[in-house]
Amino acid sequence: MTTTPTVSTASSAPTPSRPPTSPGERLRAVLQGNFRQYGMVAALAVIVILFQVWTSGILLKPLNVTNIVQQNGYILILAIGMVIVIISGHIDLSVGSIAGFVGAMSAVLMIRNDMPWPLAVGLCLLLGAVIGAWQGFWIAYVGIPSFIVTLAGMLVFRGATQYLLEGQSIAPFPRSFSQVSSGFLPELGSGGGLYHWPTVILGVFVMAAAVWQQVRQRRTQSRYGFDVSPLGWFVFKCAAIVAALAAFTLLLASYRGVPVVGIILAVAFVIYAFVMRSTVFGRQVYAVGGNEAAARLSGVKNKRVTFLVFVNMGLLSALAGLLFAARLNSATPQAGIGMELEAIAAAFIGGASASGGVGTVLGAIIGGFVLGVLNNGMSLIGIGSDVQQVIKGLVLLAAVGFDIYNKKKGGS
Amino acid sequence: MTVGDTAPLLEMRGITKRFAGVTALSEVNLAVRPGEIHAICGENGAGKSTLMKVLSGIYPHGSYDGEIVFDGQPGDFKDIRSSERRGIGIIHQELALVPVLSIAENIFLGNEHASAGVISWHETMTDAARLLARVGLAESPRTRIADIGVGKQQLVEIAKALSKKVKLLILDEPTAALNDEDSRHLLDLIVELRDQGLTCIIISHKLGEVMRVADNITILRDGHTIETLAVDDDLTEEHIIRGMVGRDMTDRFPERTDHPIGEVTFAIEDWTVFHPLDQQRKVVDGVSINVRRGEVVGLAGLMGAGRTELAMSVFGRSYGKKAGGKVFKDGKEIRTRTVPEAIAHRIAYATEDRKHYGLNLMDDIARSVTLASLPKVSRASVINEHEETVVAERFRKDMHIKATSVRATTGNLSGGNQQKVVLSKWIYADPDVLILDEPTRGIDVGAKYEIYTIINSLAAQGKAVIVISSELPELIGLCDRIYTLNEGRLTGEVARADAKQETLMRYMMKGRS
Repeated sequence: MTTTPTVSTASSAPTPSRPPTSPGERLRAVLQGNFRQYGMVAALAVIVILFQVWTSGILLKPLNVTNIVQQNGYILILAIGMVIVIISGHIDLSVGSIAGFVGAMSAVLMIRNDMPWPLAVGLCLLLGAVIGAWQGFWIAYVGIPSFIVTLAGMLVFRGATQYLLEGQSIAPFPRSFSQVSSGFLPELGSGGGLYHWPTVILGVFVMAAAVWQQVRQRRTQSRYGFDVSPLGWFVFKCAAIVAALAAFTLLLASYRGVPVVGIILAVAFVIYAFVMRSTVFGRQVYAVGGNEAAARLSGVKNKRVTFLVFVNMGLLSALAGLLFAARLNSATPQAGIGMELEAIAAAFIGGASASGGVGTVLGAIIGGFVLGVLNNGMSLIGIGSDVQQVIKGLVLLAAVGFDIYNKKKGGS
Repeated sequence: MTVGDTAPLLEMRGITKRFAGVTALSEVNLAVRPGEIHAICGENGAGKSTLMKVLSGIYPHGSYDGEIVFDGQPGDFKDIRSSERRGIGIIHQELALVPVLSIAENIFLGNEHASAGVISWHETMTDAARLLARVGLAESPRTRIADIGVGKQQLVEIAKALSKKVKLLILDEPTAALNDEDSRHLLDLIVELRDQGLTCIIISHKLGEVMRVADNITILRDGHTIETLAVDDDLTEEHIIRGMVGRDMTDRFPERTDHPIGEVTFAIEDWTVFHPLDQQRKVVDGVSINVRRGEVVGLAGLMGAGRTELAMSVFGRSYGKKAGGKVFKDGKEIRTRTVPEAIAHRIAYATEDRKHYGLNLMDDIARSVTLASLPKVSRASVINEHEETVVAERFRKDMHIKATSVRATTGNLSGGNQQKVVLSKWIYADPDVLILDEPTRGIDVGAKYEIYTIINSLAAQGKAVIVISSELPELIGLCDRIYTLNEGRLTGEVARADAKQETLMRYMMKGRS
């Protein structure tokens, strides 16, 4: 099947890349290869440490960590969808309005019409997907630029929200529904120990799964005969992952346990990171965003891929809208305003490229946490929202500027 | 012609340019006399473009070692404007014209006839018309660039350079995108300008052209000057090639292995395609061709003959409107209305335009190789990246792709290696029919030889190969049979034994008004 050309007169002999030999060299190769990802994690760590100092330790108090997760859950959900949209070479300005509209619809169904909440949630998610399909149709099959279609969507669904709510808030939601956003993993038995045990058990389980995943990956790599990172580095990496998860688990467990939002977010992260990294669909999204014509001529169904990306964005917008409504415990005409910008900023801080084809789900999550910690930390030390916006804007500019500077240095 | 001992117009001495540890140019010398056409030849990566960027100030004075003397003065240019002011004009391979502006506006872009910022259109148009006459372009100065072909655009670039009163005109691969007729016109113009006293440096892969127009040829290899040769009757292409590749290349085409040619496996019948914008115009008109198992068939034609349009419209209607006709595979009529359908019938099309249609330049080699055959490296839509790496590694070895690893970005590879990645993609898809559109465009002699070897071995495996090429010697050296097209119509079919450049060219021009 493969050709074996026997080329005797090949131009200058191929310069074989000498495989790095010493552990130090190999470690450097690993770090360079994943510079961008480690860099983002390091940047987030620095921000956390700085604010931990500036807030005299309040930032990492169990209550506050729980707050950060709950405050940012819906933005992070949007950021996951947004980074996929951006990788595919598009943008979505309508997510905030869709989130608001779906939140309003959920209130109409649950509060005005007494619909049982699981049914209402199902219908609302479906509504989000349908809205996504509507926008995806214009973008993928008619060929209207996504900026225009979603700008239109932003206006349409904001107006629809106000119409639906007749300009007023509807509250409160049934308790079982608002628990989704503000609730926690239920305590076993009477509870009341030093730690929230279900959370500890869940944490241990996640740690075991993470380590098992790392070990399995390493084993497959050596089975295929690839270079694996030095054993010392591997152990260090696993230890770091376990330590970070353990610290996080204990923090949450010493307050009221892991919030339901956190679980939803973690599940979404695992699913979408997997889809984008390891499935044919994910690969095709990268291909379409990187070079649409080349993808089409390689047999990728571009239009279908773009369409599905927007259906997914609609679905996640709906999920974010429900989380937000449940957290506020009311549906308001203003819900979701500005969310699209936070989600877009998170994706770009997380390394996505405005021209498409580049970005990761992990990056978007980290980008979202960078913004979330900034918001929270700055509020804690009493910086006004005016200055906060200025700082967030500059962080976005600096992160992307740093990226481009790196690319130029590495490129030519 | 040789003007013995005139002082050189340009002298570059001991030019050394390093990039982060890599030496791109090492002690390069170049002397260009006034009123000559001086060609620079070398494989890709030999340092030709770097040298020209040093000369034109894109790499400013101080970022390299060595000295430049231009027109008797030191040429320490700090940017492209300062070299332009001294009379050095450079025309890059990728033209720098604004498609939506008129010819006249493009000619004077950045150099407008204006007082206090207000453009004098009368002067602009008169001057533009005068310059267009000088380069022999019969178009109105008001015509938009988007409405004229690449050949004419190239002439506009020259007019633009002339408007800046250049003394030295540098042309980087000026004919790479041109058909033979436009190329000839352009080269004639360069000779004419030379005779009027303009000095030219021309960078080209096409040795025939170089031999025809150049007075002297400087050969670069791996960042070193190899030699400067005067073009006379004794100079042969083999001599130049030897200098470029540093070895004898007795044969530019690999020996064809003797393998049987089977029955017709792929046939296109009565194929017609209309222009996507002008739906009255037939770009391909009633063409029927076929190819047998193990056969290499060429499609020859001048620019605009409809070769690429034929191939792309058959491959999933990727070009044009209202494409019609029949496609047969092993005697059965098949549908190829979408690219996935065509691929399912085991047809592959490797594009002439790697950067725009062939590769995602942000992606790595492995992902590019598997893109058209993802199901092969995945189970239940989940990709096995390890398997993918193994596959790509095999292609890297077999196809001699020069890269540090299969996870290297394709955007950083040379043209030849990018082309090998594109070919790997389609070979991995394991098609029965491969349509290769200009498979060696813009790549160096050594890499071309390797691509030819790959094409031969594909045929030896019993695949049917269709090669589209603008280089007639390539088609003659490679193909068992050559079809010629002109203005969308099939004008001839020539067997290997009868294939001569003159014969082919005659068919390619047949019926041209």
